Amino acid sequence: MDPIVATTVSVISAATPLLLAANGELVAEKAGVLNLGVEGMMLVGAVSGFAVTLITGSATLGILAAASAGALLALLFGLLTLGLMANQVATGLALTIFGVGVSSLVGAGFVGTPVERLPRLDIPGLSDLPVLGPLLFGHDALVYLSVAMVALTAWFLGRTRAGMILRACGENDEAAHALGYPVIAVRFAAVLFGGVMSGLAGAFLSLSYTPMWVEAMTAGRGWIALALVVFAAWRPWRLLIGAYLFGGVTILQLHAQGLGLFAVPSQVLSMLPYLATILVLTLIAAGSGRRRLDAPACLGRPFRPPA
Amino acid sequence: MSAPPNRLELRGITKRFPGVLANDRVDLAVRPGEIHALLGENGAGKSTLVKIVYGVLQPDEGEILWEGRRVEIRSPHQARRLGIGMVFQHFTLFEALSVRENIALGLEERYERGELERRIREVSEGYGLPLDPDRDVHTLSVGERQRIEILRCLLQNPRLLVMDEPTSVLTPQEVDRLFATLRRLAAEGCSILYISHKLEEVKALCERATILRGGRVVAVCDPRVETARSMAETMVGAAIREPARPAGRLKRAPRLLVDRLSLEPEDPFGTALRDITFLVRRGEIFGIAGVAGNGQDELLAALSGERPAPKPEMVRIGDARVGRLGPTARRRLGLCVIPEERNGHAAVPELTLTENALLSAHGRLQLLRLGFVRRRAVAAFARRIVERFDVRTPGIEVTAGSLSGGNLQKFVVGREILQNPEVLIAAQPTWGVDAGAAVAIHAALLELAERGTAVLVISQDLDELLALTDRLAVIHAGRLSRSFETRDVEIARIGMLMAGVEEPAPAEAS
Repeated sequence: MDPIVATTVSVISAATPLLLAANGELVAEKAGVLNLGVEGMMLVGAVSGFAVTLITGSATLGILAAASAGALLALLFGLLTLGLMANQVATGLALTIFGVGVSSLVGAGFVGTPVERLPRLDIPGLSDLPVLGPLLFGHDALVYLSVAMVALTAWFLGRTRAGMILRACGENDEAAHALGYPVIAVRFAAVLFGGVMSGLAGAFLSLSYTPMWVEAMTAGRGWIALALVVFAAWRPWRLLIGAYLFGGVTILQLHAQGLGLFAVPSQVLSMLPYLATILVLTLIAAGSGRRRLDAPACLGRPFRPPA
Repeated sequence: MSAPPNRLELRGITKRFPGVLANDRVDLAVRPGEIHALLGENGAGKSTLVKIVYGVLQPDEGEILWEGRRVEIRSPHQARRLGIGMVFQHFTLFEALSVRENIALGLEERYERGELERRIREVSEGYGLPLDPDRDVHTLSVGERQRIEILRCLLQNPRLLVMDEPTSVLTPQEVDRLFATLRRLAAEGCSILYISHKLEEVKALCERATILRGGRVVAVCDPRVETARSMAETMVGAAIREPARPAGRLKRAPRLLVDRLSLEPEDPFGTALRDITFLVRRGEIFGIAGVAGNGQDELLAALSGERPAPKPEMVRIGDARVGRLGPTARRRLGLCVIPEERNGHAAVPELTLTENALLSAHGRLQLLRLGFVRRRAVAAFARRIVERFDVRTPGIEVTAGSLSGGNLQKFVVGREILQNPEVLIAAQPTWGVDAGAAVAIHAALLELAERGTAVLVISQDLDELLALTDRLAVIHAGRLSRSFETRDVEIARIGMLMAGVEEPAPAEAS
């Protein structure tokens, strides 16, 4: 395979978990909930997906298990923050720490065991095309799902009544309540969706990106996903651009390390995606003002319906 | 022949909250096509009652009759299906969403996108309430925002329209236009339940009034034959002494001078201040009228010191050029400020009254020693505010956020006045405050001016400025008009200036 095509394919791979997780978080934040537990939900998804695939031999069951595990953690988050009005930031951080711990515990016996990589969806003929074949065809199901979900989210938020109600809940919870919309239920649904998507992102890591289980294998991708939502100004299609940009940076630094391109220690190159995250967030904050309006107005604010 | 049944009838509605009986066996009847006022002080139970009518809250006891039939209104959806529309005091709008989306969210029927736009244009033009369905709400003026709320109701052909203090943010011309719309609706058979603190408006608009006090109905009257004062006294349950109309003050020395103050806004949606020039003399009350969003917030920030002015001489307290100084330094020179927003600007809702007393008064009243808080002195100061300004609170260690709007406002006003300021700036001092508290606050401001303080009142409530001030000017789009003697000002002219119809004349030299 042409090295440029090969690199591009690996960029797509690196971008997919970011895109899945960020898409879920975007919907939760649009409804007004800031869930900082993405990293934890991804890890729990990764370990569940891996374990179930290994034990049952079915990748489909593994993916379902990952989605359910992510949803389960999101459910816990929802009960605490939406039901009991716990602070969203603190609860989200706790969720991440919890996810790191519980995934290490569950995954202790699996470390180093290989699992079969998710099957590629090859389309006879099309997948063999030069350049286009490997670029567009022959990825696994989660890659296609990640892009399809962006389109679906954009359509749902922008074009459907349910999506409009979800945005309304994130924009002005009290007004939405006064007009008779079930703010807490809408937010719960959005948080669960976020959990499912984070779980899938984790499954992609442990079943496709590097088909094995390693402790804390998300390596901060959950945080990058959170930053991507800000980068994308809460717009689904911009998320696609952002995820592929960050995927590109990740792959770039890997290749630079492999080729010994720059006379800098490899650790510095490994920092690149994270430095890029900080840089992007700083630039966005510096250009503030108008940007502030992009964020859902009630983001992170607990809502208690009046008696 | 029997009369048609009441459009809405409440019988013995009771609603309890922990520790409070918000509604106590309330009876209310609204006839078809009637404009019915619901009056009462803050905390009298008006909001609770209309929330019950709109299905946001459920009553503990009592029954609701809709056109003669007993109904239970379990949700706003159900209220809208019955034909009840509601325009809230705090708009239930979504800033980042378009006019069309905002209206769709308040409708029961679902429309196709194009069909809804056509209906919005049709109804909005029919009632003289023009609106562009594609604009985002954050780009609209307050008056336009209210139109969205009204349109949202009109699109469902309501048979009862509940309006909670709809005029507090409108110019006199906008109020006239709103009243014309409401009268036309009533003539078409729609009943209107109208909540307002402005009793003169109620007299002009409403045929009947139900007055609440402490959760109970204390009177049902015809506002057209009552006086504003008699209704206010029924609301408060005691005789009210209106502050005397201030006599024109002598030409005393200027205390606050603002000289060609220009300032770019910090917020991209803010208003730039342009050559603002005026002065306030010792013992004078000067008013700045204007519709919200015309630079009042920016002017307040520039005067308080939250945002420094470009040059020191642009803001002067007596001879001191303070334009570049911060709020604490300006306070030391005697400039105290009562911002519009009580919760979060004037006071920290999560802190206690004592702590809030300390926040703005530590400099002038020496409440600190070597950087430590003199707790006893602060507590004594907080107690003095509560006593002198009749703040109804269980104690000084409760959080500011737990006080009702009127009581917290009295606390904030008291905190600033008891610092004996040379200059006092008050923005919207009686915003959302009941009649009793408003009278108390006005009296306090008049007394302060009497003692020689220069008082500046920035308000959207023209009646307040007319009652209080010696001179006033109008702010529009960041420019200040020339100032008028309040005694012989023409209200229509002020209204035109507020609407920006007449180009403000160049400001007088100081």
